[in-house]
Amino acid sequence: MNAGFKHYYRRSTNAFALTLSLFAMVFGLFWLGWILYTLFIHAIPALKSTVFVQNTPPPGEKGGLLNAIVGSLMMSGIATCIGTPIGVLAGTYLAEIAPNHYLSKITRFINGILLSAPSVVIGFFVYALVVAKSGHFSGWAGVIALTIILIPVVVNSTESMLRLVPQTIREAAFALGAPEWKVITLVAYRAARSGILTGVLLAVARISGETAPLLFTALNNQFFNSDLAKPMANLPVVIFQFAMSPYDDWQDLAWAGAFLITLSVLAFNVVARILIRNKNARH
Amino acid sequence: MQSSEVVASEQVSTFSKSITDVALKRQAILNFGFRTMTWFAMLSVIGILLAILLALGIGAWPAIHTFGIRFFSTSEWNPVTQEFGAVVPIVGTLITSVIAMVIAVPVSFGIAIFLTELSPSILKRPLGTAIELLAAIPSIIYGMWGLFVFAPFFAKNIQPWMNENMGPFFHGPPMGIGVLTAGLILAIMIIPFIAAVMRDVFEVVPPMLKESAYGLGATTWEVLWNIVIPETKTGVIGGIMLGLGRALGETMAVTFVIGNAHHLSRSLTMPGNTISSSLANEFTEAVGELYTSSLIELGLILFLITFVVLAISRLLLLRLRKKEGLQS
Repeated sequence: MNAGFKHYYRRSTNAFALTLSLFAMVFGLFWLGWILYTLFIHAIPALKSTVFVQNTPPPGEKGGLLNAIVGSLMMSGIATCIGTPIGVLAGTYLAEIAPNHYLSKITRFINGILLSAPSVVIGFFVYALVVAKSGHFSGWAGVIALTIILIPVVVNSTESMLRLVPQTIREAAFALGAPEWKVITLVAYRAARSGILTGVLLAVARISGETAPLLFTALNNQFFNSDLAKPMANLPVVIFQFAMSPYDDWQDLAWAGAFLITLSVLAFNVVARILIRNKNARH
Repeated sequence: MQSSEVVASEQVSTFSKSITDVALKRQAILNFGFRTMTWFAMLSVIGILLAILLALGIGAWPAIHTFGIRFFSTSEWNPVTQEFGAVVPIVGTLITSVIAMVIAVPVSFGIAIFLTELSPSILKRPLGTAIELLAAIPSIIYGMWGLFVFAPFFAKNIQPWMNENMGPFFHGPPMGIGVLTAGLILAIMIIPFIAAVMRDVFEVVPPMLKESAYGLGATTWEVLWNIVIPETKTGVIGGIMLGLGRALGETMAVTFVIGNAHHLSRSLTMPGNTISSSLANEFTEAVGELYTSSLIELGLILFLITFVVLAISRLLLLRLRKKEGLQS
C-alpha cells in the first residue's frame, strides 16, 4: 500500500514537472508569436513604397525612411569591414598561434565579458573618446561604437570554428613544407570558412539592431547625409525617436522601420543557421 | 671532365641552396608579419576594455571628486541644484533585474528540460531555433511592443485586478508602464539566453549516467533533479548569471516602458528608473560638466556591476568545461 502510494506520488510529481516544462515552452513561444504578430499588424499598412524613397519627415508630415536606411547600411557596412579582419585575426591568435599563452587566456576572458557588456556603456565610451573631443556627433563615432560591439562576436566564433578544424589537416600541410601563415590562411581558414562567415553574419545581425550606442554617437539627422563626419540618421535611433513621439505618421514610420530591422536580423540569423547546417551535413 | 661535372653539380647545389635560403627567409618574414598582425588584433580586445574603463573613469572624475561616497547614499537627482545621487537608478536596476530573474529562471529551466528531455526529436530543432530567434530580436522591438501593445493591455486587463487584490506593493494608477512592466519585458528578453545555455549544459551530461539512473527505475524528473542538475550545477548558475548580466545592462526595452521617474516608490507598478534608462533618456540633454559626469559615473557603475556578474558567469562556465574535459 505504502509502496503503491510512493509509486503514485513519484509518477505524479514527474507528470506535474513535465507538464510545467511544457507550459514553459508554450510561454516562451507565446511571446515570440505575439511580438511578431503585432509587428506584422502595425507594419503592413505602414510599409508603403514611399518608405524607401523619401527622407524622414518633419512632425505631422508624411515621409519615408530613406536617409535612415542608407545611414544604417553605411555605418553597419563600414563597421563590418573594419571589425571583421580585427576579429578574425584576434580569433586566429587565440586558436592557432598561442592557445595556451597567458595573454590568450586573459583575452578570452575579457572577450567573453565584452560579448555581453551593456552596449549603452560602449556608446558612452565612444562619446567620451570621439564626440566630446570633436565637439559634435558623427557617423564615424557610430561606426566605431558598432565596430567595438562587433569584434567580440567575431573573435568568439572564429576561435571556436578554427578549433573544430582537425589538427591532422594542418599537420598534412606542414609536412608538405608549408609555412605557418600559409597553413592558417590557405588551409585552416578554408576549412572553417562557413563557420567564420556565420559568426560575421550573427555579428552583423547584432549590430544592425543596436540603438543605445548610436544614440550617443551618430545621433540622428533629419536630412539625407552620406558624410560620415556629420551626424547621421539611422534606423534604430529614428525608430526610438518616432515611436516616443505623439504623431501618428511618425509612429507608423517607426513600425515600418522596426519591421525592416526585425526582418533583416531574422534573415541574417536564418542564413547563418543554414550555412552551419550545410557544413555539418557535409562532414 | 669528371671534375668539371662535380664543379657544375656543386654550383647547382649552392645555387639551389641560396634559393631555398632566400625563400625560407621570405617565409620567415611573412610568418613573423602574420603573427604580429594577429598579436595586435588580440591586444586590441584587451585595449578596448582598458580604454573603456579609463575613459569612463576620467569622464566620471568630476562627479566622483564632488560627491564621493555620497553618490551612493542620496536619492536626490536635481540638475538645477547640481545635486546628484545614484540610489534611485541603482535600486531600479536591481529591482527590475530581480523581477526578471524570478520569472525567467524557472521558465528557462522548463524550456531547457522540454528541449532536452521531452520534445520529440523532430520538433527539437525548430523549437530550439524559435527560442534562439527570440534572443535575436533587437531590444528596441521589445521596447516598442511593450509600450504600444503590452502596457495598454496590462493597464486595462491586469492592473485593475492587481489594485484590488494584491496589496500596496502592486497598487498604483493603471498606466501600464512602470517597474513591474519593465521587469516582465526584461524577463521575456533574457529567457532565451538562459534557456539556450541550460539546454547546452544539460546536453553534455554523459548519457550513460542518465541511463544508469533510468535503469534503476528513476522517473524523468528524478533523473533531472538528482543526476542532471547536480552534474551541471555550475553551468546552470553560469547561464543564470549570463542572463542577469544582460538584464542589468539592457537599455532600450526598459527605457520605453519604465516611465523615467526619478523617485523611489513603494509600489512596483509606479514609474521608476534604471541606470541604463536614465543614461538613454538624459545624456543627450545633459547640460554642464557635473551633470554629464554624474551620468558617466552611473555608466561606470553599471559597467563594473555587469563586469563582476559576467566574470562570475564566465568562471563558472569555464569550470564546467574543465570538468567535462577531465571526464572525456
